[in-house]
Amino acid sequence: MKRSLATRLTLLAAAMGAFAALPAAAQTPPATTEDTPRTAEVVAEVSTERTVIAVPAFATPAVVNVAGLSTGTLGRQIADVIAADLERSGLYAPLGPGSVRAITMGEVRAPQFADWQARNADNVVHGFVQASSTGGLVVGCYLYDTALQTELVRQGYEIQPGDWRRAAHKCADAIYSRLSGESPFFDSRVAYIAESGPKGNRIKRLAIMDSDGGNHRFITNGQALAISPRFSPDYKKIVYVSYLNNRVRVFIYDINAGTQKLVTESSNATFAPRWSPDGRQILYSMAVGGNTDIYRVSADGGTPVRLTSTPGIDVGGSFSPDGRKIVFESDRSGSQQIYTMNIDGSNQQRISFGGGRYATPEWSPRGDLIAFTRMGGGEFRVGVMTPSGGGERLLTNSWQDEAPTWSPNGRVIQFFRTSPGREGKSTLWQVDLTGVNLRRLPTPQDGSDPSWGPILP
Amino acid sequence: MTIRKTTAMIAAITMLTVGACAKKAPDTLPPAPDGSGTDTGAGTGTGVVPGSQEDFLASVGAMGDRIFFDLDQYNVDAQDQATLQSQAQWLARNPAVRVTLEGHADERGTRDYNIALGERRANAAKNYLASIGVDPSRIDVISYGKERPAALGSTEEAWAQNRRAVTVVIGR
Repeated sequence: MKRSLATRLTLLAAAMGAFAALPAAAQTPPATTEDTPRTAEVVAEVSTERTVIAVPAFATPAVVNVAGLSTGTLGRQIADVIAADLERSGLYAPLGPGSVRAITMGEVRAPQFADWQARNADNVVHGFVQASSTGGLVVGCYLYDTALQTELVRQGYEIQPGDWRRAAHKCADAIYSRLSGESPFFDSRVAYIAESGPKGNRIKRLAIMDSDGGNHRFITNGQALAISPRFSPDYKKIVYVSYLNNRVRVFIYDINAGTQKLVTESSNATFAPRWSPDGRQILYSMAVGGNTDIYRVSADGGTPVRLTSTPGIDVGGSFSPDGRKIVFESDRSGSQQIYTMNIDGSNQQRISFGGGRYATPEWSPRGDLIAFTRMGGGEFRVGVMTPSGGGERLLTNSWQDEAPTWSPNGRVIQFFRTSPGREGKSTLWQVDLTGVNLRRLPTPQDGSDPSWGPILP
Repeated sequence: MTIRKTTAMIAAITMLTVGACAKKAPDTLPPAPDGSGTDTGAGTGTGVVPGSQEDFLASVGAMGDRIFFDLDQYNVDAQDQATLQSQAQWLARNPAVRVTLEGHADERGTRDYNIALGERRANAAKNYLASIGVDPSRIDVISYGKERPAALGSTEEAWAQNRRAVTVVIGR
């Protein structure tokens, strides 16, 4: 009943135990207290099995047009989005509405299990789309085990018609969570920089999209260089750097109002902004006379607090999910390395010791790991380590992979990959925490600086 | 025609020689910026507005608007000092002119760090100009990090050209 999939992947020998070899299971990373020795990489054969899930088009009790959308058409489209989400997770082999028969409204609560078993499906998703009395839509989402003939998920969503993709993502999240034991992550959004034009004069625009690339929208028009966006935890704002008026400054963009304001008034360059987990504070870097340090300021303004004061470059930073610590990068030792500190700047400690340079640390929303870019041997690779610097694992292998950002459940990492040469371009990618299931994200143009937000409120 | 060609070749050889002696100047020089083409010839400076970017480049030379840095470095060495001294002389003759010092890094660094590195480089150039008498209030600084490479390849030569601080006239 399961589809076997042999995957060749590169792992660190030290991490080759059950943790790295079981992508699907809910696991806890091995405890690491001291700096575990970094060992040579080996290539391992890992066999993973993907659960087959049938996702027929959702039924409708009556084909009705709601805000220009047909409930019949939506039933097919929602199933398509669910199947694509499950496929992208790497854990499941969905049979989407293009490859299995449609269902009747009556089957939604009474599946024909024999039919789905005949298709070798371990599970089957059923659902319906119905016009609600208030001009919206009601979407039902059911998951069944075909062998045990039991119901595993039953959920319903009342939504505005324009939000139908969210209903699909929430259904996919319910299925994923029930089957994998992990927290959901599909119903989330990504802010990033859309790139176009020649390498020497790239046009870089702030853009946002759903986690699967849907509902794509450009925010800025490209007249000013835009870089390093981050969604606020409530998704209402984006903090980013704009080269507006030929200065380097951090702005907070209000998505609904379409307006932006400076995070802090300064004649100095401000950059590398990050939100605190509660959205009340912003971390940023500021260069004064060539020396860059890290500051923290209320998102509503006020007096910034300077957190670092070494003569070297202290830059970037990311809050731990409990808001008590910050991980950042500094070249105070002579090369870029990763450090942690308390949010008042005390107790600054280096945690990266693996050789080469380390940059762009991002704390996992689960708190257990820090993702980073490691530079060395002519390559930029994305990896993870524990907050104390142990258990380092590299997840990607390419000429230039940079700037990891975490899925809301801390299981998937997005980053951008740059190709070399005069025609070199940047594109968005994602990879599982285990180093498998590497995929490119579809975007209308080239892309860089992805930033994955939390589960939508 | 023949004479002109010979002159051009001598000029080219001279530039190559200078390049070869330099400690860290790129092996291959990028094309001259727009408006400073070599076809202006030995004319009488027709149409060059005093105090303009064009005037500046005519004075300091096509590549005299920039200094180059070693990997991850931001120190101003003897060759850079000569370049900046030439810029300072022009700035002294045009006291009303303001300039922007653009700091840049090569593509082989992470984005935020490269902005910080470009800040270091542009400030190092600004500080040297100030030390030889240029009023620092005439100099704005901006870092482009790796966002605006001058050479587009992914080679050591291209990266050497991109690790730079460029002085740009912004008017008066």
